[in-house]
Amino acid sequence: MSSFLPALPTIVALVKIGLLVGGLMTAAAYLVLVERWMAAWVQDRKGPNRVGIPLTKVRLFGLGQPLADGLKIILKEDFTPKHVDKVLYTAAPLVILAASLAIFAAIPFGSSLPPIPALGLTGEEPLLVAPGLDVGVLWVFALSSIAVYGVLLGGWASNNKYGFLGGLRSSAQLVAYEIPLGLGLLGVVLAAGSLKLDTIMNAQADSGVWYAFAQPLGFIVFLVASFAEAARLPFDLPEAEQELVGGYHTEYSGIKLLLFLVAEFLHMVTAAFLIVIMFLGGWHLWGVTGSGPVETWVVALVRFAVLSAKILGVILFFMLVRWSWPRFRFDQLMNLAWKVMLPLGLANLVTVATIEEFRPQLVAALGDGMGRTVALVAPWVVFFVGWIAAGLLTPSGTDNTPILTHGPLDVEHELAET
Amino acid sequence: MKPTDPSITWLEEKPLGLAERLYLPLFVSGLTTTARHLVSPKVTVSFPEQRPQVGNPLIYRGVHRLNRDEAGRVKCVACFLCATACPAHCIDIVATESPWPDREKYPESFQIDELRCIFCGMCEEACPVDAIELTSLLDLTGKSREEMIFDKEKLLSVYDMTKDAEPAKSTALGGTL
Repeated sequence: MSSFLPALPTIVALVKIGLLVGGLMTAAAYLVLVERWMAAWVQDRKGPNRVGIPLTKVRLFGLGQPLADGLKIILKEDFTPKHVDKVLYTAAPLVILAASLAIFAAIPFGSSLPPIPALGLTGEEPLLVAPGLDVGVLWVFALSSIAVYGVLLGGWASNNKYGFLGGLRSSAQLVAYEIPLGLGLLGVVLAAGSLKLDTIMNAQADSGVWYAFAQPLGFIVFLVASFAEAARLPFDLPEAEQELVGGYHTEYSGIKLLLFLVAEFLHMVTAAFLIVIMFLGGWHLWGVTGSGPVETWVVALVRFAVLSAKILGVILFFMLVRWSWPRFRFDQLMNLAWKVMLPLGLANLVTVATIEEFRPQLVAALGDGMGRTVALVAPWVVFFVGWIAAGLLTPSGTDNTPILTHGPLDVEHELAET
Repeated sequence: MKPTDPSITWLEEKPLGLAERLYLPLFVSGLTTTARHLVSPKVTVSFPEQRPQVGNPLIYRGVHRLNRDEAGRVKCVACFLCATACPAHCIDIVATESPWPDREKYPESFQIDELRCIFCGMCEEACPVDAIELTSLLDLTGKSREEMIFDKEKLLSVYDMTKDAEPAKSTALGGTL
């Protein structure tokens, strides 16, 4: 009988995948509602509050809205324009959604479950689809780069100027911001000594010092870069509605558009997960959850709740930022990436590498407490110096006078002469 | 006009100070503004349950009504001034000889196509006897196009419905009639 069933680890993995995908899809649907609420409240409106339980008059503060939104967009006509490249046009939303879902294979969505002997699970069961994956961070980065292909393919296959511009902007922006993102991450990887996300989380829980405090510069660089990677305002140039209609998804409608939009929200969720896991201590919270093995369900649930609360907090910050800052101009975006974030990221990396290299000598020379303090204060000094230097080096005004060239592209000059 | 035109003055932006170049004060002021609005009282009116407040009914331009005089007769003298003034051509009057001694004509039929009306208030302004007025009723709905063509009886019934809440505008606005 048991030979017909797949092995226990396979079943466990499938259950986790089911829970994760179901949870993520529901979360994405409800995050759309939260986003609409935040948008409304910031603009002094009330937001969606009518749809409740279908076929009744119960309103439930509009909690039925995701169902209505989803049904509406699924039942819309799935229209494919004549002028598109059919294969790539269809493939693009699938690529982007598959990639953004596959990222979560390496991202822990909780600490772990206590042993369940009744089901034959004798050890702790980590809440992570692929617990054996040693290169978790690499996996996340490789797949989020593939998700960029979805955007590019969508924009390019649409055979539409707006879509094309959106795709082009997206490629330039995402390539530029992968570098500060990677630099912010490298500091954490150096300090934790591992590419596994759950090890990085455990390292923070063990020491009690979150990497946001140990590496403030890395945190800021990573935060800004992940906003850009998720294409959220103020970095939403790939789909700037006012300039590009819809950017790379201008030509999409119905369920294909839904796939794009869900993938976009998943990018934001991924970014929130990474920020919380790598810089904000994951499930660790002083006095509530400490390090050590999970022995009871209470501990497992509290850790899960802390992690979820932190992620929700970061997502709410994402949404609040959306209404606080106007969109960057493209040259400002590039300046920020290459002239500010890249040097700051490098400064952080050098600081962290130096501290980690000389930590034993530091502790030996100054004693344990003093050595730790110095290792904690030094990055903050670098942070303030770097920040002020970046501020002083930025131009104090913008010159909007047009540059009058007399080059081969200067049509007006030629016209004036003829 | 070219960028080099002498009539263009290029204004210099005020240079940013150190605090602004460090971005932190701007960051904080941006976030506090949004956070303040996040919790501030909302201006939305939940329409069917909650009626919007009409600022001043005397100058509000809602559904039309045909006023009655003291004897309960229609005030209109079928002079066609409103129909002439109407930019949307939505007023249709059929005049006939008046049965009353105080005027020559009265409207046998008086129709307003509320779907064509643009609620500009020209008819109200044109009327020499203050017979046509715009009320502050703002939710004008119907199930068919025919239903939205208001005839004389309906317009008079709008008057009967609103006369207590909104007495004739002319006296309140300093008119003589």
